[in-house]
Amino acid sequence: MPLHSIFLLLVWLGLNNTLAPGHIVLGGILAFLIPLVVAGLHTPQPRVQRYGLACRYVLMVMYDIVVANIEVAIRILGPMKNLKPGFVAVPIETHNELMLTILASTISLTPGTVSAEVTKDRKWLYVHVLHMEDEEALIQQIKERYERKLREVFGC
Amino acid sequence: MSFLVELLVSILIVAGAGFALIGSIGLVRLPDFYTRLHAPTKATTLGMGCLLVASIALISLAEAELSVHELLITLFLFITAPVTAHMLAKTALHYDIGFVRGTRGKELASKARERVSPKENDE
Amino acid sequence: MLNWAIMIAVGMICLSLLLNLWRLYLGPDLPDRILTLDTMYVNSIALIILFGIFLRSSLFFEAALLIAMLGFVGTAALCKYLLRGDIIE
Repeated sequence: MPLHSIFLLLVWLGLNNTLAPGHIVLGGILAFLIPLVVAGLHTPQPRVQRYGLACRYVLMVMYDIVVANIEVAIRILGPMKNLKPGFVAVPIETHNELMLTILASTISLTPGTVSAEVTKDRKWLYVHVLHMEDEEALIQQIKERYERKLREVFGC
Repeated sequence: MSFLVELLVSILIVAGAGFALIGSIGLVRLPDFYTRLHAPTKATTLGMGCLLVASIALISLAEAELSVHELLITLFLFITAPVTAHMLAKTALHYDIGFVRGTRGKELASKARERVSPKENDE
Repeated sequence: MLNWAIMIAVGMICLSLLLNLWRLYLGPDLPDRILTLDTMYVNSIALIILFGIFLRSSLFFEAALLIAMLGFVGTAALCKYLLRGDIIE
C-alpha cells in the first residue's frame, strides 16, 4: 500500500510537471484516497524482498535492451538468408502470476526473443527467437540470467 | 547553450529516429509475421527512449527548470511494448499463421496453441 | 545544427511511416496489419515529440501521452477481438 501511494504521487507530480506545494498536497490526498478506493481490486502478490537486487535487475535489463536493440538492428539490415528463426519451449519454475508476467516481459524486451504463450499448468513458456544459434544455450541463458535473479529478488 | 549539449542532443535525436526507421525497414523486409514482430517492439522502444531523453534535456534547458514528464511516456511505452508483443504473438498463434521456411521448432506451434506442455503426446 | 538534426529526424520518421503504410497495404494477414498500426502510433508519437523539440515547448506532451494510451488500448482490443471474436466477455 505505501509503495502504491508513493508511485501515484510521483506520477501526479510528473503529469503536472511541477514541485509546487499545492500540487504536492493535492497529489498526497489523491495518493492516500485512491489506494483505499481500489483496495477491493487488490489481489495478494509476493513482495519484493531485496530492493538492492531489484535495482540491479532493472539496470541489467536496461543494459540488455540497448544491446538487444543494436543486435536486432544489425540483423534487420543484414542479409535475410542468414537469419535462423526458431521457436522453443522454455521450462520455468516460477508459477506465480506477477513473477511470470515480469519474466515474460523481460524476455520480450531483450535479445531477439518474444514470449508467445504459456502453458495452462505454467510450466513451459513458448518463445520465438529471431536468430537462434544454439537452442540449449538460449534456454540456459534465460534461466540463469533472468529467472534465477528474479527468484532471488522475490526471495523464493 | 553550449556546443557540447547541442551536439549530444542532435546525436540522440538522429539515433532515435534512426532506430524507428530501422524498425520500419524490418517490418517491410523480414520474411514472416513472427520475425516481423521483433523489429517494432525492440527498435521502437530504444528509438523512443533516445528521443524522449533528448526532449527532456532540451526543454529543461530552454525553460530553465527540470522537465521530467516525458519520462512518463517512456515508462508507459516500456511497460506496454512487451504486453502488445505478447498479445500479437498469441493472436498469430491462434490464427494459425505459418512460419517462414527454415524455422526450427515449427512443430511446437500446435502444442502452444492448445497451451499444453511440449512433452505431452497427441491422443 | 540542432535544427538540421530535427529536420533529418522528421524526414526519417516520415519515411518509416511510409514504409509502415506499404506493409499495411501488403498485409498479408490481420495480425500483420495490427502490428503495423501499433508501429504507426509509436512513430506518430515520435513525430509529435520532435515537433515539441522544434518549438522548444512541452505543450504537446499531453497529445503524445494520449496517443500512447489509446494506441495501446486499441491494439489490445483488436487482439482480443481476433482471439475471441468478442471484446468484452
